[in-house]
Amino acid sequence: MNKRSAWALAILAALALLPLIISGYQTTLVTQMLIFAGLAMSIDILAGYAGRTSLGHGAIFGMATYVVLYYVTVAGGSLWVGILLAIFASTATAVVFGLLAIRTSGVYFLLLTLALGMIVWGASLRWTSVTGGENGIRGTIRPDWLSTHAALYYFILAVTAVMALAMWRFVNSPFGLTLKGIRESESRMRALGYNVPLHVFIGFVVSGFFAGVSGVLYAFFNSFVSPSTVELKQSVAGLLMAIVGGVGTLFGSIIGSAVIISLENVVSLYTERWPMVLGLMFVITMIFAPEGLVGKAQQMLARRRAKDNS
Amino acid sequence: MNRRKFLQAAGITTATTAMSPVGSLISDAFAQSGPIRIGLMAPLTGVLAAGGKELVEGFNLYWDQVSRKVAGRDIEVIVEDDGSNPDTALQKARRLVEQRNVHWLVGNILANTGLAVAEYVKGNGVPYFIPVIAADDLTQRKRLNNVIRIAGYTSSQTPRPIADYGLKQGYKKAVTISQDYAFGHEQCGGFSQTFTEGGGQILSQLWNPLNTADFSPYIAQVQSFKPDVVFVMETGADASRFIRQWANFGLKDKIPVLYCQNATDQSVIRTLGSEAEGLISGAHFCEGRDDPANNKFLADYDKAYQKLPSIYGFSHYSGAMWLAEAIRHMGGKVEDRTNFLNEVRRIKLTGSPLGKTVQLDAYGNPVYDVYIRKTVKRPDGKLWNVPVTMYPNVGQFWKYDPETYMQQPPYSRTFQGIKKI
Amino acid sequence: MSMLGFNFLNGVTFAALLFVVGSGFTLIFGLMRIINLAHGTLYLLGGYAAFTVGTMSGSFPLGIVAAAAAVACTGLLIDTALLRFVKGNELRQVLLTLGVALVINDAALVIWGGDTFTVAVSEWLQGPLQLGGMAYPKYRLFVLAAGVVIFIGLWLLLNQTRLGALIRAGVDDAEMVEAMGVNIRRVFIYTFMLGTALAGIGGALGGAFLSLYPTADAEILVFSLAVVIIGGRGSLAGAAVGALFVALLATFGQVWFPELAYFVIFGPMAVLLAFRPLGLFGKAS
Repeated sequence: MNKRSAWALAILAALALLPLIISGYQTTLVTQMLIFAGLAMSIDILAGYAGRTSLGHGAIFGMATYVVLYYVTVAGGSLWVGILLAIFASTATAVVFGLLAIRTSGVYFLLLTLALGMIVWGASLRWTSVTGGENGIRGTIRPDWLSTHAALYYFILAVTAVMALAMWRFVNSPFGLTLKGIRESESRMRALGYNVPLHVFIGFVVSGFFAGVSGVLYAFFNSFVSPSTVELKQSVAGLLMAIVGGVGTLFGSIIGSAVIISLENVVSLYTERWPMVLGLMFVITMIFAPEGLVGKAQQMLARRRAKDNS
Repeated sequence: MNRRKFLQAAGITTATTAMSPVGSLISDAFAQSGPIRIGLMAPLTGVLAAGGKELVEGFNLYWDQVSRKVAGRDIEVIVEDDGSNPDTALQKARRLVEQRNVHWLVGNILANTGLAVAEYVKGNGVPYFIPVIAADDLTQRKRLNNVIRIAGYTSSQTPRPIADYGLKQGYKKAVTISQDYAFGHEQCGGFSQTFTEGGGQILSQLWNPLNTADFSPYIAQVQSFKPDVVFVMETGADASRFIRQWANFGLKDKIPVLYCQNATDQSVIRTLGSEAEGLISGAHFCEGRDDPANNKFLADYDKAYQKLPSIYGFSHYSGAMWLAEAIRHMGGKVEDRTNFLNEVRRIKLTGSPLGKTVQLDAYGNPVYDVYIRKTVKRPDGKLWNVPVTMYPNVGQFWKYDPETYMQQPPYSRTFQGIKKI
Repeated sequence: MSMLGFNFLNGVTFAALLFVVGSGFTLIFGLMRIINLAHGTLYLLGGYAAFTVGTMSGSFPLGIVAAAAAVACTGLLIDTALLRFVKGNELRQVLLTLGVALVINDAALVIWGGDTFTVAVSEWLQGPLQLGGMAYPKYRLFVLAAGVVIFIGLWLLLNQTRLGALIRAGVDDAEMVEAMGVNIRRVFIYTFMLGTALAGIGGALGGAFLSLYPTADAEILVFSLAVVIIGGRGSLAGAAVGALFVALLATFGQVWFPELAYFVIFGPMAVLLAFRPLGLFGKAS
């Protein structure tokens, strides 16, 4: 096997051993990191590969959480059907968002996805008969075999690993390479005869699908959903994780998620000023390292390789 | 066997050993001499930030008065902000229990935050004490063994006397306006059921989202119905804004208003002026009551915080007092959860600022005298609530038989107990 | 006055506030192509400044001036210390301002705390005015008047002064203006300061009837975005029309379709972004 796969397996093995050496609470933290890594990676599919930065993915993510929790705990349906419906709902939301958004790019795309996300948030807030409004929907969907911290962790690790692999294959497929081309130069791709809007649309729907899967995992983890789950803050958090990790690196999002969530936990022990720290991270990253941690690492590696070769 | 299974086996062996009688004795001995860690959650940001701050102040005031030591054990209070938001409340509850290993959770203000935390402790049995969370069902249909409303109240408890008072004033047609979440639904339900059962009529019910900045559309609607009286269920910043805007629209002297206890609470009226004078509300806590225990509490509170106490400060002060009583009864051995919780339920609290003994009814909620109060300006310029009349011994079930009452659905946006004429 | 008229007044007075805040946003967006996501936080900062200065001095007008000054200085700081490093990259600018918003919001929380504050207004603005059988708050009418005055002032600035001409030219084609030897950098700085000052003034005005609290910034930002998107980038008339549109929709939407309250505002915004990103009055560059 090649070097990259070896690395991936090693990391996966390390992650699998984690619950044995860390506390139950820390296991839940890592579980959260995995869930949000999924969200961040889905955002990266669009931002890093199609060059479209979205502020609406939190809503797509939370949509799945709402649907599965509602279907199982309020409507009393079966878990597996609920999961399918939830992923379908998220993907459908992505289809709607996508159809409207493909006509734009850059900051307008950002604003449009923001607005669409706000519509979903507004619906979750005001459609109280279904979503419970401010009260949210409470209830666990975990079957007995997932009741411990460790069991849930392994389940989510497995699903996230499969998702990450699928996303990796997607962005490295010919389709994914086309998306990359669109990010680099839309006009060139258009000149070459590619149907840019169609590609962006499909990319959006695929990213929505993965965001939905992460949303379902979140439902397993949190056993609670409220308008906070779909609000703008969620989209911002996911985007920041993708950026800090490295837009366009896909796995950088996993690092980004780990960094942000662990930082939040550590910082919160000593001060209430986490939002300020988060904001400063945004500012510093944008000025000094917009390519993110993994991006910067790749840059430095490339530079070293070039030096070695010369 | 492979490495993972080996490690698992090793882990299980260690765990079992630790759980053996010797092991538990040792860890118990350690625990019983260490501090009692209490996880206090309060909204320090968001729509109830003012109340949240007072919740913390009231709670800490009691522990400071007993030098943070009860029955030989130190008391450690760890405060977390729930952001006036159930998702945040849930995260903080998890952090307090799983990372900081608190013995109990206490606090929160907004009913939706309390319900989220209650759901969490349902799963792990951690005691959760709620002097302010008023969600009805936590002591009715959905009561939990480890969730106890010490020094607290249910949402629908105090609006019923208010409705009765309204009927006695001759009001026949009412409009209710309320924040759109559990607490609001239940308060309005309590009001509407009693009001309509007494022959009154609810013309319309308006619901505004938490954190409504601009009440003008609602105020316009209220006016359009031409009611005899308006029942206003707003808390925190929403209450402050409503009172101000209602006065600015010139309606203060035109349409009578009956406020819920939170709307005219100190945490709201403290920063208001003449627009908050002469407001009628109903509550078990009435800071302008001339009573020795109440006056002493006010003096202590003023010395510590230079202000008049709100219901949040009062409830958590009394709640802390309640917990201290229970700790003393247990001789400090609070790790014995089952007995500790039973002890908490048995407490008859004397010495609270209410001046009367407070105890829980058979379902875990206190019974109180409810005062219809009015805001007046003191000689020193501060506003406070003074009693106008009093309804004695009001429990969570009012005049209904508990079992019959619990057969009707819980109050919600769609069920308000309104009696059809 | 009928219910309709009453609600219409509610909408129009709210529109005046949205215009003041939105005009600042659209100026910055129009000229500098920066979507300043810290605009809402600057509104809040201005409100808090007006509250503190107003309470200490007892003067409402002084509070407004303090708000404008404090926020303009903050704007200057943001522009010269931070934004210059991400010049030319719109996306990075937007995300940077998002970070700035988080920092300022938290700093405000440290300084003023989580309580809700209301800016105190002068005596003669308190209470209701009798308007055809119904009472209406004097202060809201004052905000309406202030909005009109600011509109006129900005219009005069943009159309009758040299700076205004440079700004308008810059909105159309910044490169061309630079090529003509104008120090476009200085025009940018003045515009940024003016735009942020307007947010601060908005905060002072809004803080008196909508009150100030830690999440008010996100709320007003979202409205400002809607105003500017619907009205059009860089257009004063657009900001006014956008503000009227959004405010009336919000007010009547709240009364007629409370369940759809947010959809009623963001629906049109989303549709416009998808099909006519320039908004009603925006010009292509």
